Amino acid sequence: MMMEISRRRKVINAAMLSLSGICTVLVIGVLFFILGYLLWHGFRSLNWEFFTKLPKPSGESGGGMANAIVGSGKVLLVATLIGVPLGFLAGVYLAEYSGKTFAFSLRYTVDLLNGVPSIVIGIVAYALVVRPMGHFSALAGGVALGIMMIPIAVRTTEEFLRAVPNSLREGAMALGATKAKTVFTVVVPAAISGLASGMMLNLARVAGETAPLLFTALGNTFWSHGWLQPIATLPVMIYNYAIAPEEDLHQQAWAAGFVLLALVLVINITARLIIARGSASSRR
Amino acid sequence: MATPHQQMLSEPSIGTSQIPPVAQAAAEPPKTAAPAYKLNSKNLNFFYGSFQALHQISIDITSNKVTAFIGPSGCGKSTFLRTMNRMNEALRNTRVEGDLRLDGANLLEMDVTDVRRRVGMVFQKSNPFPKTIFDNVAYGLRVNGIHKKRVVEEAVERSLDRAALLTEVKDKLHKPASALSGGQQQRLCIARALAVEPEVLLLDEPCSALDPIATLKIEELLFKLKNSTTIVIVTHNMQQAARLADYTGFFLMGKLIEFGDTRKIFQNPGVKATEDYVTGRFG
Repeated sequence: MMMEISRRRKVINAAMLSLSGICTVLVIGVLFFILGYLLWHGFRSLNWEFFTKLPKPSGESGGGMANAIVGSGKVLLVATLIGVPLGFLAGVYLAEYSGKTFAFSLRYTVDLLNGVPSIVIGIVAYALVVRPMGHFSALAGGVALGIMMIPIAVRTTEEFLRAVPNSLREGAMALGATKAKTVFTVVVPAAISGLASGMMLNLARVAGETAPLLFTALGNTFWSHGWLQPIATLPVMIYNYAIAPEEDLHQQAWAAGFVLLALVLVINITARLIIARGSASSRR
Repeated sequence: MATPHQQMLSEPSIGTSQIPPVAQAAAEPPKTAAPAYKLNSKNLNFFYGSFQALHQISIDITSNKVTAFIGPSGCGKSTFLRTMNRMNEALRNTRVEGDLRLDGANLLEMDVTDVRRRVGMVFQKSNPFPKTIFDNVAYGLRVNGIHKKRVVEEAVERSLDRAALLTEVKDKLHKPASALSGGQQQRLCIARALAVEPEVLLLDEPCSALDPIATLKIEELLFKLKNSTTIVIVTHNMQQAARLADYTGFFLMGKLIEFGDTRKIFQNPGVKATEDYVTGRFG
């Protein structure tokens, strides 16, 4: 009887272990397959012209995506200027000032905003910026991505500020610092490496967003001057080229995917390095 | 009759050569002039939510003397200390009732940053800011609007010197404070508190995390400081209270059970509970 039970247990244990093992391998396999496929096609299609030339008119081969690379940079800059300050200050409020009940509802709202489909955010930016201005623009694209950055910016700020030991706040206040002085001269500097890297990861997350840019930044086959014209971005270029009939454009889309991935990776790694350095110096 | 607590006092302890035994100071003939009181509390009550942590605390703290608070954990001594610079206000859902005066003025209605500049505090666990040694000490000056480079530099140097830390750190003022040892960090925190020249210095078990040598250094430092500063110290170490304090208060269950001359509290307490505590017969 006992033998029977222990045998059954062993069988179930082995079955569960192999099941979770298989799932892990599947998940990692899919990830590496996508990465590898993208690297293979993207790297093969990449050349110097991709970085320096404008897109060629349809039917001609060659050309590049210089305008989309710069365009993505511009849109992400606007997004950062909107999403980071708003999210950061709201996060400061949440961590340092707000009462329990209000903090709960604010946090809940922010989490809801985080769950809103990106295309809906795009529609909001369309209504807020594109409609009143009468045309698509880099600004509108930046607003859309900026709104998308807010929830993570709020929660990252809150989390890292809460991790700062209370003894530092008390130390500053015991010297006659006001609450605001305490927060901005002691608490925020103590959390700065975490905050900086959190914001960078946040930026990397929206860098690949396509849907909200489709009807805000639209796209452009030429250089876009200033901030108020339609502008090309890497994700939208990938979308347009991938559904185009020409094989040449597919190659360009692969290259764009590769560049976008590299950009996100660089931002990610930089952020991790900042975190590692920050925690090393605080341990010292 | 040699009671155990007398033995404790006469027992050679670290620092007796540097620090005159309290017994001597207390043996001086009583002064004719009434002592000047720096802080007075009268019928002070304190609540964490509905829990009353302090009951009717009435005490007069003498200027430029060391006053020690002793008592078991949770007896309210730290809470009372934190009431004196209104540190508890930062906690949610707390309430204070009664009268608390600094130089005769109502401390509970003064500007809170003003109170904290005049009544400095050193915490149980050293809490240097993640900044350089220099910026740590300069912090209090800067938040109080003093930015002139020379003035700040002088004040930093003077404060580090008063905290007996200058010789150890003068070549690394611009290194991070976290590079210092535990005892040095605590003295840095004292220097930081001294930089704004507080009239009162509150210390909440400042030596509880330090080894005996670092503890000795801090005790020497406090002994020198009391010429110019009123010192209130919370301690679990009764030898420390006996060595350091002119006056001692014994707290129990949120009440000030007995307060008076340190020598009297340790050698001839008026209340049974005090005697039990100082002789170690108490949990």
